[in-house]
Amino acid sequence: MLYQKSVSALQHMLQNKEVTSEEVTQSYLDRIEMVDKKVGAYITVASESALATARAVDEKRNKGEVLSPFAGIPIGIKDNMCTEGLRTTCASKMLDNFVPPFDATIINKIKENDMIILGKLNMDEFAMGSSTENSAYHVTKNPWDLEYVPGGSSGGSAAAVAAELAPFTLGSDTGGSIRQPAHYCGVVGMKPTYGRVSRYGLIAFASSLDQIGPLTRDVRDAALALNLICGHDRMDSSSAFMDTPDFTTYLDQDIKGMRIALPREFMGEGIAEDVKASILSAVKILEHMGAVVDEVHMEMTEYALPSYYLISSAEASSNLARFDGIKYGHQAGDYDTLVELYKQSRDEGFGAEVKRRIMLGTYALSSGYYDAYYKKAQQVRTLIKNQFDLLFAEYDLVLTPTGPTTAFKIGAKVNNPIEMYLNDICTVPINIAGLPAISLNSGFDRMGLPIGLQLIGKGFDEGTILKVAHAYEQARVLDKVRPEL
Amino acid sequence: MKITREEVEHVAHLARLNLTEDEKIQMTKDMEAIIGFADQINALEIGDVIPTAHVIPINNVFRDDVARPSMDREKLLRNAPNQENGCFSVPKVVE
Repeated sequence: MLYQKSVSALQHMLQNKEVTSEEVTQSYLDRIEMVDKKVGAYITVASESALATARAVDEKRNKGEVLSPFAGIPIGIKDNMCTEGLRTTCASKMLDNFVPPFDATIINKIKENDMIILGKLNMDEFAMGSSTENSAYHVTKNPWDLEYVPGGSSGGSAAAVAAELAPFTLGSDTGGSIRQPAHYCGVVGMKPTYGRVSRYGLIAFASSLDQIGPLTRDVRDAALALNLICGHDRMDSSSAFMDTPDFTTYLDQDIKGMRIALPREFMGEGIAEDVKASILSAVKILEHMGAVVDEVHMEMTEYALPSYYLISSAEASSNLARFDGIKYGHQAGDYDTLVELYKQSRDEGFGAEVKRRIMLGTYALSSGYYDAYYKKAQQVRTLIKNQFDLLFAEYDLVLTPTGPTTAFKIGAKVNNPIEMYLNDICTVPINIAGLPAISLNSGFDRMGLPIGLQLIGKGFDEGTILKVAHAYEQARVLDKVRPEL
Repeated sequence: MKITREEVEHVAHLARLNLTEDEKIQMTKDMEAIIGFADQINALEIGDVIPTAHVIPINNVFRDDVARPSMDREKLLRNAPNQENGCFSVPKVVE
């Protein structure tokens, strides 16, 4: 079936005119029609514009125009990236009727490459959450077991790839929001180095941590996706002045002599036995291929999570101040004064978790608490960054599980914010230090749920991550390739 | 870390959130738990470590001072709940 093909396979077939973009797009739309009732990955499916764009690309190709290698390839987009003329909700009632007047830089790139946008994917409201249960619309289900969560916040993006509702998708990662759902759904999720991908038009959650990245079926597709999305953008002042290499040149390489650190702190208490066992079997495979894996000690890890929640909530409370019910978004019907209009619109528009984060962030920034919380969290940030610098002076990569456990049941943690936050324990340190990291499937637990392995690299060294991830992917043996739906 | 209802009301006001009665009760409990959790970092003696606000060393980013067209006014107003004479409309602020 066409919808089962990887991006690299589809590129080949389209370029050789074995299929048309319309056929590929229709195959995905039919699949969405049939399967997404069960999974709930999409908030908005853009069937008409997708088919119209596909036909236009086919016409260009038939005329013999020189096209991008991505021309005619469909993609799904997390619903926090602005798409001109296509509703962008951030999975919030606040933006229920928001139709952006502009395209995010990343969407511009997708359009310039003649790609097909299939639709907008479900997420935790404003990307705050680890299960996609905080969506104001519906709960996305894990394609491997529909009673389980797909992870979050890019749960729709991960579930869509696992359920073959898109060949690949884009997500955003503030504290693990690409990698953790990739881990829960058994797909490849990559967070590039902070500054690699433009954030212009990505609805901001925590600006010093947010980064866009791809969710794909395999590592080759992740490399292709990075070629597409990376690059400096003058519209984003935190965008790095770095050249984008051809990331596919890092694939099919020998990993002999690669030095990999395995910090004990991410393999100890609180990490499920099945997860540990899977990571250790991956270590054996890597060693067998000639990599040198050393157990190491990494300090400060226990302070990463509280520090992350303080920094990200503080930045969120500031970023989300723009939702005032005046320029766009929900406006309350009943108010007397301007301040009442703000307060009532925000109370009605935001969900419970978003309000909790705004409250925590406002508290941490408020007079009398700033030094004890926000400033202290930023000092911890320095120490965590230093810990990674120490490791990277000796090692090429750091290896950890992507999360302490596999997916949990829908509803299991919804009433306990702290327990929900603990799911991010292996992923937040990477955002704090601004580093690149990938999650890919290393096997399944006893319930048949996927387990994710995380490889962390030096800043702007996505290439080494892809090299080792690809070598491991070729060598690993999985009992299952796709969920039954 | 004890969080009082008054503190919740104060912070909600700073954050421009009208909380309902039920929300205030729940938020007081949640804030207490979350701030207690965040307080773990205060177990760390940290001295005068320099805080990191941003991981990449970019300061000011300048571009040439060249005029470019702005976004279309009508297009920008299209998402506004209330508009009048090409402007966003708000309740009276100054008597």
